[in-house]
Amino acid sequence: MAQKVLVPCSSSSSCGNVQFSPSRVHTQAIAFGGGLSQSSSRKNKSLALKAVAAKGETSAPVTAKSGHEILLFDALREGLEEEMARDPTVCVMGEDVGHYGGSYKVTKGLAEKFGDLRVLDTPICENSFTGMGIGAAMTGLRTVVEGMNMGFLLLAYNQISNNAGMLHYTSGGQFKIPVVIRGPGGVGKQLGAEHSQRLESYFQSVPGLQMVACSTPYNAKGLMKAAIRSDNPVILYEHVLLYNLKERIPDEEYVLCLEEAELVRPGKDITILTYSRMRHFVLQAAKTLVERGYDPEIIDIRSLKPFDLFTIGNSIKKTHKVLIVEECMRTGGIGASLRAAIVDNFWDFLDGRPECLSSQDVPTPYAATLEDATVVQPAQIIVKVEQMLQGLI
Amino acid sequence: MAMAMARWRQRLLSSACSSSSSSAAAPQALLRLASSALSRQSSSRGFAAAPDDTTPFVVDIPVPYAGHRCDPPEQRVETSAKELVDFFKVMYVMRRMEIAADSLYKAKFIRGFCHLYDGQEAVCVGMEAALTKEDAIITAYRDHCTHIGRGGTVLEVMAELMGRKSGCSLGKGGSMHMYNKEGNFYGGNGIVGAQTALGAGLAFAQKYNKQNAVSLALYGDGAANQGQLFEAMNISALWDLPVIFVCENNHYGMGTAEWRSAKSPEYYKRGDYVPGLKIDGMDVLAVKQGVRFAKEHALTKGPIVLEMDTYRYHGHSMSDPGSTYRTREEISGVRQERDPIERVRKLLLAKEIVTVADLKNLEKQAKAEVDEAVNQAKEGGQPETHELFTHVHVKGLKQLAYGPDRKEVIVPLP
Repeated sequence: MAQKVLVPCSSSSSCGNVQFSPSRVHTQAIAFGGGLSQSSSRKNKSLALKAVAAKGETSAPVTAKSGHEILLFDALREGLEEEMARDPTVCVMGEDVGHYGGSYKVTKGLAEKFGDLRVLDTPICENSFTGMGIGAAMTGLRTVVEGMNMGFLLLAYNQISNNAGMLHYTSGGQFKIPVVIRGPGGVGKQLGAEHSQRLESYFQSVPGLQMVACSTPYNAKGLMKAAIRSDNPVILYEHVLLYNLKERIPDEEYVLCLEEAELVRPGKDITILTYSRMRHFVLQAAKTLVERGYDPEIIDIRSLKPFDLFTIGNSIKKTHKVLIVEECMRTGGIGASLRAAIVDNFWDFLDGRPECLSSQDVPTPYAATLEDATVVQPAQIIVKVEQMLQGLI
Repeated sequence: MAMAMARWRQRLLSSACSSSSSSAAAPQALLRLASSALSRQSSSRGFAAAPDDTTPFVVDIPVPYAGHRCDPPEQRVETSAKELVDFFKVMYVMRRMEIAADSLYKAKFIRGFCHLYDGQEAVCVGMEAALTKEDAIITAYRDHCTHIGRGGTVLEVMAELMGRKSGCSLGKGGSMHMYNKEGNFYGGNGIVGAQTALGAGLAFAQKYNKQNAVSLALYGDGAANQGQLFEAMNISALWDLPVIFVCENNHYGMGTAEWRSAKSPEYYKRGDYVPGLKIDGMDVLAVKQGVRFAKEHALTKGPIVLEMDTYRYHGHSMSDPGSTYRTREEISGVRQERDPIERVRKLLLAKEIVTVADLKNLEKQAKAEVDEAVNQAKEGGQPETHELFTHVHVKGLKQLAYGPDRKEVIVPLP
């Protein structure tokens, strides 16, 4: 039951119930995207008191007993259900989303509630059901296309790049494509190379697309709702291993801003930019770093395209050092683009080169030890941060 | 192999469709008397009574339909004088427009890829006669005439081809990306075969919104071998989506003849469990009848595949001379035997709906219309530089675009 819609995104909406932190410097606001959100300072209030950021630390603005505890996949489901109930043009399509309830239970119960046409079980034809979702979106339906695993959407690359990304432009603005393409990606637990792909690096240069990555139940639900309400084609990246993350989220309805980054832990020594599963690794590493006396500022960039250069820039101006921790490959990943953007925009504020920890440029092996060696581990984050803060690199 | 080729060439030139005047005798004779009386009256006043006449009469369709898992429609179609004259007018405008595009391309006003539709006009004109604007059409890159059929103007098409801001896509789409939202025309797609999945999506939306309309997904004989087409056919048949798959078979996939690219060139049968109908695509009345039949089928029973047996006079695009993989005799043969405009002309004259002079007038008007549009389009301005960044995203996305030095903001994206 929605009582009040909290939309912690600025532009025209007022952020009256959010406190403005005086430590944020608004220099050259016009160059970095205008007045973006101040909601992240809300988290300042609750987290600044604690010295250690725990792994399951809440990112959601709730007090101890209000709100409800929920797992991430259920938060996605809640967001989807609320949007489907609110707007009859929202429909979901994908493999086993209907009667089976979704291979990760994100659409569980929705087919019984909304019917087979609105929660459509498709045959295994990614290219054409993604195309179908895009074609339907051209007429005004708000389709949510689920890839059972993000990697399968490579079969639909043509539809996503040429149709979802370009149709608004090539039609001179006549058609908009309010499609949401979502699914789990990232390296799981020994799923094999083809089921451990990180598609954010492949889609990031497609013009016309917007990309967001969720990492906690709070932002998963908020981003799902925002993506559905957006008139642009949005790709929502979920992570296979984060579906069972538990958190307490507000009971009231809330919609997050798609283009906004989340300040997870304020600090002054170094800016660590991360997203998706790596956020939790960074938080784990941060425990140790704080014990050793360092004060990292951790930002979950959330918006993979476009980058929230405003939040990132303000952080870099404060700390002068930046480390990017990502799960993409080193070559052509999100980190590569982010490094370029940081160098272009904040060169004068950097004390050293922006560092990046990314996955190895290898197909993900099956063996557990090798798989662990493919992705960044908390120990590596600790070593890297110490090296940077001790001036060794 | 040579024998197969020769047989195939013969089929292309088959003159079974040339004799429009040898249709059924008796009702025609009556009509001829009536209309000649009218035309004697009207000839002194010029062009008046007969062309606006909407009284229906029946015309035979010479080339038989071929059905796959369905009973083909009757070989007779109802039409009227007005409709035939309109067909002639519109097809002639389309023909002139494509020829104008040819010369503009050679004069370097149009660049890049330009795929011309002349020879195939009967397909889109006949389709429109059987559809309403509620129905949706999506096609591939040979879309100039389809855009006109859906309500676009020649000026819009010409301006878009020349990259002017008065074009239908504001100059940002080009030849292969023409769209018309009011006319439910979804383009205009560059990648072969991808539009069939979109077409299934259009039909899905029509079913979702319970509209009593159909979607037509057009593709060529080259695209008929794409896997995504069969995926789209499967999901359409599975969910009874009101989609009509129309294969515009002009017998060449760019430079590759159909017998060299398809094991089974009977494209109307390729749907397997989806019924199909083969139509003479050079006969506008046959197309009208076939599409009307298909629309009924799609609304009641589910998807259907139509194969339009048609031909393009130009090459695949302007960079293709069109004569390296086929002989000039073949092209001129088809033009002589099966040209869609000539067929309608013969029908109009045989039924004495118009005189030769009237047709010449119509042709002059069409040429003037196209020339006027070309001149107006040439005067149109190029899009402004800031238009580079508009319509990348729908309004609401906060993003700034920088100049090349990455320091100065040149435009905030809307």
